[in-house]
Amino acid sequence: MKLNAIEQELLETIADLHKIPTGAVNIRKNGEGILRHSSANIEVRPKSDKPGIDVIVAPNTKNEAVHIPVMITMSGVKDVVYNTIVIGEGADVTVVAGCGIHNSGMEKSQHDGIHEIIVKKGARMRYIEKHYGSGQGSGERVLNPQTLLTMEENSIVEMELVQIKGVDSTIRDTKAKLAKGASLVVTERLLTHGNQKAVSDMTIELIGADSNAQVISRSVAKDNSKQVFRPIIIARERSKGHVECDSILIDHGKISSTPAITAEHPDAQLTHEAAIGRIAEEQLLKLMTLGLTEEEAEDVILRGFLQ
Amino acid sequence: MLKLESVELQIANGNENVSILKDINLELEDNKFYALTGPNGGGKTSLAKVIMGIYKNNKGKIIFDGRDITNLSITERAKAGISYAFQNPPRFKGMKIKDILRISSDNNSLRARLRAVGLCPQDYLDRECDTSLSGGEMKRVELATVLSRPSKIVIYDEPEAGVDLWSFENLLQLIRDHHNKSNVISIVITHHERVLSLADEIILLADGKIVDRGPSDKLLPLLRTDSRCCWEDNCGGNDNEIKCY
Repeated sequence: MKLNAIEQELLETIADLHKIPTGAVNIRKNGEGILRHSSANIEVRPKSDKPGIDVIVAPNTKNEAVHIPVMITMSGVKDVVYNTIVIGEGADVTVVAGCGIHNSGMEKSQHDGIHEIIVKKGARMRYIEKHYGSGQGSGERVLNPQTLLTMEENSIVEMELVQIKGVDSTIRDTKAKLAKGASLVVTERLLTHGNQKAVSDMTIELIGADSNAQVISRSVAKDNSKQVFRPIIIARERSKGHVECDSILIDHGKISSTPAITAEHPDAQLTHEAAIGRIAEEQLLKLMTLGLTEEEAEDVILRGFLQ
Repeated sequence: MLKLESVELQIANGNENVSILKDINLELEDNKFYALTGPNGGGKTSLAKVIMGIYKNNKGKIIFDGRDITNLSITERAKAGISYAFQNPPRFKGMKIKDILRISSDNNSLRARLRAVGLCPQDYLDRECDTSLSGGEMKRVELATVLSRPSKIVIYDEPEAGVDLWSFENLLQLIRDHHNKSNVISIVITHHERVLSLADEIILLADGKIVDRGPSDKLLPLLRTDSRCCWEDNCGGNDNEIKCY
């Protein structure tokens, strides 16, 4: 399969793919699977009842990755996809999802990815989902991901949710349920500009004893863009949770951030913190004393912050 | 040579302007090590920030090597060779120590630069310059960013603050070595007697004015006497106590 320059750029940006990967992979373009293969331990198969795929990782699969990027390169496409990912007991894998929309037309292009992820007992998963939009067209680029994560006993998940640029509107909905001893870290990085809007809802339920979750959200709202964050951690058992939302405003960006914690067990330990503000002037001054211009300093600070 | 001519600084405070620096006239010679001292709130840091361009003086001129730099920006002054080590260096979320070292200088020997300020590169290169670093660690990183820059003037704003006394001697040696090696004008803002005794010259700044200046061996004994309380009749202090301002 050959990729054109736009497709290549999208794939590189959202999935760090510089060539077609050799392992398990599914590449979806404009609502259709264009490349799919399984590996010895990771099966990738299409769903029979609705659009989407099942990714089944065999128990004890170690150090493998599966790439399931989605591209939309045509204007006026609305793509809804249902993916189910099952990580077998004791496995340790990386899942690279993500979506890139190149819209150079006038019509709206939209991708709604609905992911159901089950991480079995003692398994470990790193999940990376990057969103990116490009193209000069006036058509909107819309991404509405829904993720439903079920973590079994003693499983470990690290999720990195990143929206780099160019996405006009996004409503993210992430839900996770953690069984006994499960551990979840979600890091969210979001940059909006122009008139973009982003909403992120997250509900994490600590159902099993000694489970723990940490949500670290960092975002930058530039120009006239707007962001809303509503992460909630609910502890139903003896467990630990921490939510942190940290945002930088540039120009006329607007951000609303309401982290919430709910304890339903006397031994729950939950904390939250949120901060919104401009770049601290001292930071700019310090970097300027090292010879950077104000614009360069701002760029360096934002890049570090969103790293 | 750095020359300040009739420099004044006023900062708006509500509806009125507060005079922070008053008619400062100062000539600092190349290769000399200066200690700038005086009571809190006397204008030391403000003077440093005026030299760096962080504050713009309302009146007067700043001449650096014969060039009027009064209207140059911070960035332009940094490029011209003026460096300033902050008293309270800001912290950066997400920025690693190696990132800020790279910004400060193209010099790639990041490890050597960290070792020089007493931070083990193995532990610190990938640490973030955020609140996880202690005040003393942050001061060391600050020193590392400044010492690696090609400078003609280096201002250290209370380098001793937050650093344990045991390591301070090492850091001071580092500042001295840098001074001797690089032919710079070094200005150390300090309350530390050890630094004062090492300086070629001490400048005493109080209430926004230069009150006195002179070679260390002459001024230091005066400072010692002057800094003792002499108001026993008024408030009960005696000359064993440090004077309050």
